Amino acid sequence: MAQGKIRKLLIANRGEIAVRIIRAARDSGIATVQVYSDADANGRAVAMADEAVNIGPPQAAKSYLDIDALLQAARDTGADAIHPGYGFLAENAGFADAVEAAGLVFVGPSGETIRLMGDKAAARAEARKAGVPTVPGSDGLVEDMDAAAKLAAEIGFPVMIKAAAGGGGRGIRVAHDAEEFARLAPQAASEARAAFGDGGIYIEKVIERARHIEVQVLGDGSNVVHFFERECSLQRRRQKVWEEAPSVVLSEKVREELCASAVALAKAVGYRGAGTIEYLYDDVSGDFFFIEMNTRIQVEHPVTEMICGVDLVAEMIRIAGGEKLKRTQADIARTGHAIEVRLNAEDPANNFMPFPGVVGELLTPDGPGVRFDHMLYPGYAVPPFYDSLLGKLIVWGEDRERALLRLGRALRELKVEGLPTTAPLFAALLESDDLRASAVHTRWLEPWLETNLDLIKQKGGGNT
Amino acid sequence: MARHEVKSPIPGTFYRKPAPDQPPFAEIGQSVAKGDTVGLVEVMKTFHEVKADADGMIVGFPVADSDPVMAGQTIVELD
Repeated sequence: MAQGKIRKLLIANRGEIAVRIIRAARDSGIATVQVYSDADANGRAVAMADEAVNIGPPQAAKSYLDIDALLQAARDTGADAIHPGYGFLAENAGFADAVEAAGLVFVGPSGETIRLMGDKAAARAEARKAGVPTVPGSDGLVEDMDAAAKLAAEIGFPVMIKAAAGGGGRGIRVAHDAEEFARLAPQAASEARAAFGDGGIYIEKVIERARHIEVQVLGDGSNVVHFFERECSLQRRRQKVWEEAPSVVLSEKVREELCASAVALAKAVGYRGAGTIEYLYDDVSGDFFFIEMNTRIQVEHPVTEMICGVDLVAEMIRIAGGEKLKRTQADIARTGHAIEVRLNAEDPANNFMPFPGVVGELLTPDGPGVRFDHMLYPGYAVPPFYDSLLGKLIVWGEDRERALLRLGRALRELKVEGLPTTAPLFAALLESDDLRASAVHTRWLEPWLETNLDLIKQKGGGNT
Repeated sequence: MARHEVKSPIPGTFYRKPAPDQPPFAEIGQSVAKGDTVGLVEVMKTFHEVKADADGMIVGFPVADSDPVMAGQTIVELD
């Protein structure tokens, strides 16, 4: 039986998340429409869905990002709701508005919420208002250099001096003490004036060895519950490669505060759907700081599903259909430990060069505590036009040690011939003492890669 | 001088400009030296520069800006 008012769901995405959404819809008794570009005609999601509609050429701008084409496909097939997945239009407020204006259900928060949380400064202000700690820094621009020096000393060195008009890492300086600050701050201001025509600077504390911890929330527009945290400190070029739940470094007290702060923020904005609030966690001081909120389902949602026994994608569809939260916070418990690794079509022994090849022999891991969310089949030609994520290998164990053993076992069962994948990286990481002890932070992986290339090669990296 | 074809080593999307708001790397009629960047190919969200592998004058771009290319497909013709 279909739940709520949604009877037919159009999936405005591709790859492994499209497969995941089709499963959630079918498990909920809802029919599915899969859209696809010319490059994805042979995609697994297209074969799985009840109906499939071609929406244009390979380039995302002319297909998966084409709002008119997506709405037309929904009208042509009689779909009454659209799930955006992640990436593409998932956090595009204009798309959410357009879907609703067309009389359809957008599976996610309102365009207004997406717009609010997508604006970094507004989201930070909203977090502060809800009592959520943000990275200490100036409230806005600092004009007076003496006042700036005083504030820098108050928040504690090192501090980042950022050009308000900069971006993407441009116009950032780090001062380690008052003397350096006195020298760098005026420099930063005059350089910002020259480079951007705006001398405005602001300052922010540097969290040197931060861990990335995020909280999964689910709201129905009035109530919000959390499903605990995930830790995603293993990153390369700011991209997550390995995620876990729970984070083993949080005390129960900090965990409670962290999760309560996420619920407070989501409640303050009347959040509807699945969302994630991201934090930096300083495991020396025990402080956590809000970074941003993602107003969509995330790639790493399965680790939460594994420890909480919830289908987050089905829940977001149910809520979009107008239903209320099924569980109260007291009904939500976690058990054991889950780890996810991202299987990308990249060669970890060759600077992670993407490699869109054809899948040859394929053996997928299974058995107790193993889940493999993917889009692969033998003979599948991975298109070069989209991101390199092929799938996610997720394992569950009664504790972290068991989960690590199970990950090793699952990686040994996995065989993807025909193209390089990141699997050898994970086999190599399992031999790291730091990783086994969870003594990691967001800048731990990159130097480790520099010194462990031979180990990655020994695990099969570079061989196709 | 004989015709020479610069081929894309990888499949992906071909771009003639370094960024959408910038001028093309090279135009028809322009002379390029071996090693000069003549375009970009985006594969799985990463960008690879395509360099001329010979000296010559550009006489054609058989692939339009932001069109898909296959590995081994000619993207620039030199004379």
